[in-house]
Amino acid sequence: MKVSYFPGCTLKTHAKDLDTYARKCAEILGITLEEIEEWQCCGGAFTTAKNESATKLSSVRALKAAKDKGQALVTVCSACHNVIKQTNYTMATDAEVRMKVNNYMAPEEPYAGETQVYHYLELIRDVVGFDKVREKVVNPLKGQKIGAYYGCLLLRPNSVMKMDDPENPQIIEDLIRALGATPVVYPYRNECCGGYTVIEDPEFAGRKSKIITESAKGHGVDRLVTACPLCKYNLVKNGSEVPVVYFTELMAEALGVKEMA
Amino acid sequence: MQRIGVFVCWCGTNIAGTVDVKRVAEALKNEPGVVYSDNYQYMCSQAGQDMIKNAIHEYKLTGVVVCSCSPRMHETTFRKTAAAAGLNPYMVEIANIREQCSWVHKDMEAGTEKAIILGRAAIAKLNLNTPLTAGETPVTKRALVIGGGIAGIQTALDIADAGFKVDIVEKKPTIGGKMAQLDKTFPTLDCAACILTPKMVDVGQHENIRIFSYSEVTDVKGFVGNFDVTIKRKARFVKEDVCTGCGLCMEKCPMKKVPNEFNLGLDNRTAIYIPFAQAVPKVATIDPNYCIMKKTGKCGLCSTVCTVGAIDYNQQDEIIEEKYGAIVVATGFNPISMDKFDEYAYSQSKDVVTSLEFERLMNAAGPTQGTLLRPSDGKHPHTLVFVQCVGSRCEACAEKGKEYCSKICCMYTAKHAMLVRDKYPDTEVYVFYIDVRTPGKNFDEFYRRAVEEYGVHYIKGMVGKVAPEGDKLMVQASDLLDNKQLHIAADMVILAAAIEPDESARSLATMLTASMDTNDFFTEAHPKLRPVESPTAGIYLSGACQGPKDIPDTVAQAGAAASKVIGLLVKDKLTGNPCVAESNELMCNGCSACEKVCPYGAITYVDKEFRMPDRTTRVRRVAQVNPAVCQGCGACTVACPSGAMDLKGFATSQIMAEVDAICK
Repeated sequence: MKVSYFPGCTLKTHAKDLDTYARKCAEILGITLEEIEEWQCCGGAFTTAKNESATKLSSVRALKAAKDKGQALVTVCSACHNVIKQTNYTMATDAEVRMKVNNYMAPEEPYAGETQVYHYLELIRDVVGFDKVREKVVNPLKGQKIGAYYGCLLLRPNSVMKMDDPENPQIIEDLIRALGATPVVYPYRNECCGGYTVIEDPEFAGRKSKIITESAKGHGVDRLVTACPLCKYNLVKNGSEVPVVYFTELMAEALGVKEMA
Repeated sequence: MQRIGVFVCWCGTNIAGTVDVKRVAEALKNEPGVVYSDNYQYMCSQAGQDMIKNAIHEYKLTGVVVCSCSPRMHETTFRKTAAAAGLNPYMVEIANIREQCSWVHKDMEAGTEKAIILGRAAIAKLNLNTPLTAGETPVTKRALVIGGGIAGIQTALDIADAGFKVDIVEKKPTIGGKMAQLDKTFPTLDCAACILTPKMVDVGQHENIRIFSYSEVTDVKGFVGNFDVTIKRKARFVKEDVCTGCGLCMEKCPMKKVPNEFNLGLDNRTAIYIPFAQAVPKVATIDPNYCIMKKTGKCGLCSTVCTVGAIDYNQQDEIIEEKYGAIVVATGFNPISMDKFDEYAYSQSKDVVTSLEFERLMNAAGPTQGTLLRPSDGKHPHTLVFVQCVGSRCEACAEKGKEYCSKICCMYTAKHAMLVRDKYPDTEVYVFYIDVRTPGKNFDEFYRRAVEEYGVHYIKGMVGKVAPEGDKLMVQASDLLDNKQLHIAADMVILAAAIEPDESARSLATMLTASMDTNDFFTEAHPKLRPVESPTAGIYLSGACQGPKDIPDTVAQAGAAASKVIGLLVKDKLTGNPCVAESNELMCNGCSACEKVCPYGAITYVDKEFRMPDRTTRVRRVAQVNPAVCQGCGACTVACPSGAMDLKGFATSQIMAEVDAICK
């Protein structure tokens, strides 16, 4: 199966691991990620201002590129996924924004949210299937206690993301299980790490991150996995005693495509 | 030719503000048949009605058009006025120039023009009106109350005390409803059981009341004064008239692991059970989903120990049919499911409970005999956090909650907080709220007492997260007045879950053709002036089925519903609605289309002899309408392919005349 792939800025700089392992694992699982040509930044954060359409343009260009190829659009970064999925939803449901964006971009055929947007995790669950993942595991991560760290953006708002129950999710735990490891459920796995407040108020972000990593440690987590570069940054910078890796790296280990150093 | 009088109402400034009433009256003077036209400030006032009466006499009017508010508001008023002046009441037409004109327009010119058009249409219709006479139907002097909570109990008692027969249909094995589960009641803190159970006993012993417990209404036919109701009496596998309620069977029943719904699953009951000690009727019921005998055919212990031989494993559901003059809906409410509110960790920790569960944990007859203990480890809790509006006023999260205010939570939370502090002074109690809403007699004083005398910490702000860590619940919340984030290590968290109508309400509304709002609460005929009647004649509303309500309001409404029922049952005959369908047998082709669309079962087909032009007779199948059952909805007139079916007072010719007048 071929899908359009939107990596996002951070995955080309600070979060190369997230990108590299996502590509390698997809290959093993029979998915061809076709990187969209000339993609631009997703916009960074989805703005809910009703009269705002300029920041939606770059996301719509990616969505439209996928539509033109007749493919679904896959992202792996929590923030990119959030912005692109919300933009797509707005294009499908908000006639005013749709009109403004189409007027500006003047495509041959107006874009109205037709592209199916997946987070990489969703693609694995809904298209590939965790059973297939289980089959492809060559290094089962037996005995490893892995804590999923969802953060705030991956699943919210639920009415648009429609991915999993944001207050009691299980998608990453199911993946961890498929890789042969033991998922550890700790209560702060869907709390905010502090996000962008780290720029203005690093102390606050520090407190938020500490609550999460200490709770995970208290529950005996060996490693935390996340899909979000900013989450990883905050957790690591604030001295997490538990190692934090991208979920794609965990997959790569189990699927045998992580180069051993 | 009719002699029509036109009366244009100002409704103060309600109409006159956007409609030039004088110009309307002047313009309508020239319409066909109009011999008199005038305007007045309040047509519905005594002076306005006198003006109509005088004009009827003076100008020998044969018909009256009132340009005023919606006919739902004052059609009856003006029909009575006309009748008092000797005119047939169905020679009155209302042109609605308020709700459908002045209230929705801002421009005087456009409003006036539309009002003239609406008046013209009413005149055109009235020109074709004929006097109608209403028939009479007898009234069955028995009322049905659906639901046996405090609403149904009070309604039934009030009707029965007035000397009329009442049946209560309750789907659970006992009456009592939610109030029977409560510990204390605000604002006076009387024990709920102490004030409820005597009423339950009164119901059980009243000579005019029958209780059909463990029963459901499955079908309703007929109309006001003459309802035919089918009731399913579910098999309880115990002979109700034989069982003495001694409870020996419960002691011996080996199946002891059934979640006890009366205690909201906080403890277990046996497969054969009496829900609680003061149940009415005090009769055991076998739960076939858990009974070993029912499931495997082996056991029979309860039958062996029963000294009176009340057990009957082969009992079948019984279907009974009864006639009633009036039906009262008292189906009540339930707290919403907390499944979608996992931010409060309800599914993850036993120590996060709903307020109704908390009632049971505080209740002397509850699973802990009234000692407040944490469900997880049975320890005494020191820090308790109450969260209000869980799922209420939840506009942004309509997919999981309700947009409305559940009304009762502020008061019961204040009660819980106060009772905890009173009984256990070593506790710290926090209440998180959006607003504290305590209107009601002695309600605000009650809440102030919780704050000022009992030292409950009320914090404006919501809880964002409850995280079970070890044996503590880490509560993360915002204090909006202090602009701070709070972290509280609590022992218990109590959620004031929103309330919603009972799940049986929707199907019942369909059976009763009673209307509901988008939240499945029953709609009243008028929110201010007819609060206990459904728009469907003969259907009355009592308690929380109409909207969230506390006990004082419920009891008041229950009494009001009863008085309306008594007002109906005291009549020997009811005047029907003469605006019913009528079939022109000469045009009817016997196709049954009308019969199929009639929602009331008012149409039947008969074989009838007709004389043909060649003097032979031929038998044809034709439709006949039962005028007592017909509600005048007009569905048949639209369905009839040959134009044989017509509605009196709303004849096709009259409607077409209105359309013509509007399009002229």
